[in-house]
Amino acid sequence: MSPPKARRREVADLPRLLALVPYLLARPGVSFAEVSSVFGVSETRLRKDLELLWVCGLPGHGPGDLIDIEFEGPTITLLEPAGVTRPLRLTSDEALALVVALRALAETPGLTERDALDRVLVKIEEVAGAAAEAAERVEVAVEGEERVLPVVEQALAAGRRLHLRYHVPGRDETTERDVDPIRVVLVGGRPYLEAWCRRAEGLRTFRLDRVVALELLDLPAEVPPGLPRRDLSAGLFQASLDHERVELRLGPQAQWVADHYPCEQIHEDWDGMMRVVLRTPSTDWVVRLVLRLGGAVQVLSPVELSEQVRAQARSALQGYVQG
Amino acid sequence: MSAKKTERLLNLVICLLATRRYLSVQQIRAAVPGYESDSEESFRRMFERDKDELRELGVPLETGTDARAHDDEPGYRIARSSYELPEVVLEPDEAAALGLAARLWQSAPLAGATGSALLKLQAAGISVSPVGGALEPRVAASEPAFDACYRAVRDRKPVTFPYRAAGANIPSWRRVEPWGVVSWHGRWYLVGHDEDRGAGRVFRLSRVSGDVVTWDAPAPVVVPPGLNLRAMVASMTGELLLSTAVVRVREGSCWALRAEATGTRPGASDGPDAGWDELDLGYSDPERLADRVAGFGADAVVLSPPDAREAVLVRLEASL
Repeated sequence: MSPPKARRREVADLPRLLALVPYLLARPGVSFAEVSSVFGVSETRLRKDLELLWVCGLPGHGPGDLIDIEFEGPTITLLEPAGVTRPLRLTSDEALALVVALRALAETPGLTERDALDRVLVKIEEVAGAAAEAAERVEVAVEGEERVLPVVEQALAAGRRLHLRYHVPGRDETTERDVDPIRVVLVGGRPYLEAWCRRAEGLRTFRLDRVVALELLDLPAEVPPGLPRRDLSAGLFQASLDHERVELRLGPQAQWVADHYPCEQIHEDWDGMMRVVLRTPSTDWVVRLVLRLGGAVQVLSPVELSEQVRAQARSALQGYVQG
Repeated sequence: MSAKKTERLLNLVICLLATRRYLSVQQIRAAVPGYESDSEESFRRMFERDKDELRELGVPLETGTDARAHDDEPGYRIARSSYELPEVVLEPDEAAALGLAARLWQSAPLAGATGSALLKLQAAGISVSPVGGALEPRVAASEPAFDACYRAVRDRKPVTFPYRAAGANIPSWRRVEPWGVVSWHGRWYLVGHDEDRGAGRVFRLSRVSGDVVTWDAPAPVVVPPGLNLRAMVASMTGELLLSTAVVRVREGSCWALRAEATGTRPGASDGPDAGWDELDLGYSDPERLADRVAGFGADAVVLSPPDAREAVLVRLEASL
């Protein structure tokens, strides 16, 4: 008996081979390097694929019936496809993955690629036919940014510096700074600019809807070379052990906090209360969160933070006594 | 082992694509290498599994009999027109846009489906540049319930799952006819008909607290025509701003409130109002207005309405 993992691979090999034949047919003399990068397999694996294709073919399996490929040197040329001249149609998962992604981006206000996205969408829907039917039932909402996003895309395309007036909600202030844009990332349905901030001399991420104003400067962007490319797929916030450790106790009304913020630990108590530990570079927002949820959240540690919450609550209440 | 089977399945596809007539099971056994096993019975079992695997991959196997055929047992073929991806040509900017969209999905199953879809399009002669511009769209589906909910939506099958509603301590079982899944502000929601409540409902996938069980219903789930999934999720998660509250905010603070304000009046230059501005804020639920304001502590004071003022006071007193 083969383990379940090996079984799954068998299924994946066949669709790859069925795509490989027409791919090679369309590109005589293509290099091993190019094919293995497009198909996401090693050159050794690719060679095995070709050796397997070479013994497959039409019934009879005589010399003229088999798939014929030349692959002795660094390039590959397919001479006889044995009838496999076109790729297989898209499955419903494949059609849906493309159509839903194209729709989400085509509907994002402010994206300069919207027109091209619309045109591809029509073509892919046509090619997919009935397989795209389920795409009607899956939707990704991406918030656009008509005011800021086009200017940022322009700066990226031209390699120019931007001046930003940016609102930092954690500290409740707006700041002025020059930044050299690197890329725009859409995470959690929102666009963010990753840029080299000249004021902080560091890599910073800016949520575009918090840009109060921006100006395209007549200066070239100078991003320091060799910056590490951050993997943002897990979210923009990357907790670090250098950050302050905050422990909170959440009542039922506040348990969304555990969904919303990346928590290091989550523990459900016997009474339905939840204890969470998170790490944060700044605790200002935690104070706001606790005040806002009044009583449904309690700061367990650090003690100074719970003192700070009480002090802020006392001083805020003064405003209501006088008013 | 694995290569042998791949070889057999590939030969089977080539054989059935090449025939116009339906081939009987025995003709297939004679034509396709790899079916020469010991007994008729084990060949039959192998052929049944192979058919299932091909259908799972989307290979359109047709069953039928030719008028000329002598036996009644159905034969098989693959119609080229339903197998082959139709012709498609993309302009360079369209290929770049497709490359951009292909980077959207971050997790299974849709990231994998995107990869195999791109292979097919490239096999059809299209060049998709793997590296797009400086724009990176990313949608993850890290909620454990996503996979099962997505499949149920795709296949239009009812589901049952334990769900921890907002503010509830204990999860309750929900029976839902799914209408769709929606990613909204980075979170996934299932929209569907809640059978126990007899109405359309929206469920946040991160609150599904156990396995999602899919049922084989006698008929596929019927999605109401003209349904706006996004609007249903938006109306559950957002709020309609019907009334106006007046909030006093300290100069140079409360930027988030200022950004949402429908009106701003600077305070007098001297006297008790000096150093404060008055904002008009749209709201519908005083409790949610209090949520928005209370976090600003001593920098924001609700002047009206009284119930929102009271709601802020309750929060501040509870934080003492």
